[in-house]
Amino acid sequence: MLVYVLRRILYTVPIAMGVSLVCFALIHLAPGDPLSAIIPEGASPETVAQVRAAYGFDQPLPVQYLKWLQHVVMGDFGNSIMTQRPVMHEVLPALANTLVLAAAAVLFGFALGCLFGVVSGYLAGKPTDKAVTAVSITGVSIPHYWLGMVLMVIFAVELNLLPATGMGEGGSGTFGLGWDSLQYLILPALTLSVIPAGIIARSVRGTIAEVRKQDFMQTLHAKGLPGRRIFVHVVKNALPAVLAVMGLQLAQLLGGSILVETVFSWPGTGFLLNNAIFTRDLPVLQGTILVLAMFFVLINLTVDVVQTAVDPRIKRA
Amino acid sequence: MSQPAIALAGTKAPAKGKRPATRSFWRNVGRRLLHDPVSMACLTILLLIVLAAIFAPYVAPHDPYRTSMARRLIPPGDARYWLGTDELGRDLLSRLIYGGRLSLFMGFAPVLLATMIGGLLGVIAGYVGGAINMLIMRVIDVFYAFPSVLLAVAISGVLGAGIGNTIFSLTLVFIPPVARVAESVATQMRNQDFVEAARATGAANWRIVLAHVVPNVTGPILSYASSLISVSIVLAAGLSFLGLGITPPEPEWGLMLNTLRQSIYVAPLNAVLPGVMIFITSMCFNLMSDGLRSAMDVKQ
Repeated sequence: MLVYVLRRILYTVPIAMGVSLVCFALIHLAPGDPLSAIIPEGASPETVAQVRAAYGFDQPLPVQYLKWLQHVVMGDFGNSIMTQRPVMHEVLPALANTLVLAAAAVLFGFALGCLFGVVSGYLAGKPTDKAVTAVSITGVSIPHYWLGMVLMVIFAVELNLLPATGMGEGGSGTFGLGWDSLQYLILPALTLSVIPAGIIARSVRGTIAEVRKQDFMQTLHAKGLPGRRIFVHVVKNALPAVLAVMGLQLAQLLGGSILVETVFSWPGTGFLLNNAIFTRDLPVLQGTILVLAMFFVLINLTVDVVQTAVDPRIKRA
Repeated sequence: MSQPAIALAGTKAPAKGKRPATRSFWRNVGRRLLHDPVSMACLTILLLIVLAAIFAPYVAPHDPYRTSMARRLIPPGDARYWLGTDELGRDLLSRLIYGGRLSLFMGFAPVLLATMIGGLLGVIAGYVGGAINMLIMRVIDVFYAFPSVLLAVAISGVLGAGIGNTIFSLTLVFIPPVARVAESVATQMRNQDFVEAARATGAANWRIVLAHVVPNVTGPILSYASSLISVSIVLAAGLSFLGLGITPPEPEWGLMLNTLRQSIYVAPLNAVLPGVMIFITSMCFNLMSDGLRSAMDVKQ
């Protein structure tokens, strides 16, 4: 087990390096000069050369990459071209907001998904199962940015029950646990939870139906075990597979929130990324993507390790 | 692959050089699909949308580009403009019909490209194995290490809006999962007895790949790729919704949703209409993909 965990962590290092390389390459993939946003029209060639040298763009690419990587490892992602503030000062508060949103969506989505999945897995083939399956396919197919607009029309415009956009009065950046803050969270979190709820419901249903078909279930019934004790066995056997799907969904929420954050003007990483794209603020763009991707890698690593710990049948060494 | 190893007395031995098992498998899948009411209903709806998009100039009641400041945001149910008009007074029904052209194309093209490229990479990695496998799969792993929406937005954001850039970024997002499916099946095939036997009889590698690996990889890849179409349609429209896909004034469902979003307080019904189209197509593709998967499930 320990050997597996160490190996899995070691395996993450080249992946993380690759991810950083892709993030670095993104800037050089961009058409035009990445500095065109700050160099004024008709600047003299000397000025241009000076600015290029100041940002290190005059050196060969591998040197640039290594220098950049060295700074990134120390937590220095450079300065935003727009605000001149360090990129980290922009990304970290946004990341906190995205995590609040993702956590709320996970709570909604996982609870709904598990409930639907268990009910439908127990009643596999019955009309209730068909109905639940239809609902979960809807969850998977629905364009969530559109669902966000529909919820906004119903609850904010027509019923006037919940605020439509933002994260608090006057777009304040602090998030508390009172109703003042929570009411802003409900619609975006609900919107974001639909896809994981659908995917988890489908996978829980499949896994539970599969476990219930196995021979040992008959043994449990034959020896007269009550239903709730059998349920414990079902959960134990279904858990590893379901955990893996959940972890992947949690990780996908980090990136998937971009569209929902834009719809609800939620000041998270997606919102930041969107602004960075349209102001061509490449350092912020690069920093946000790198931080999110590293988070994603980390969650996947955790999921793998937890899954191995939970399921003694997996012997990975 | 239900072909018996020994032909029973009285049954015809399969003709040499042909693969009757493969062909009858796909014929069975087709027959099962035809008897699945849900898949057929979805197919009908999709065919209607596709045909309307292809013959848009004959079907659409109005010019989808003609604007009019006097007719802005007429609500749905109007006698002349059935589904109302958008924020520039253009007929919504006509724009939705024309919009199917770009929206469906943007959904299909990346999946098609990713299936071909990812399938090829996966088969090469799986069949050749060794260092080539390492090289291909580790690069795939790196791209797999990004959340899919994030990768699509990042690449499109850096490259800028446009049809080509959107297709490129979505293709790049879909290649890794397709390649992983193809690689795992191809690796299994490599160690099968019949592949070993073919090798022993002196068959060339390309021949083994074409005759044994590709037919076996096709099923899992197609089943997986079919589930990607709905994702691709939602994601492509999502990029346009962010302003990173199709550029105005082209009619496309995601872009229409984006521009109508400003009018959500004034004309909420008009504003959500393009999303209904994205939802219906994505739902139909998902249900058909489910139907295809259970039709391919030989255990049933």
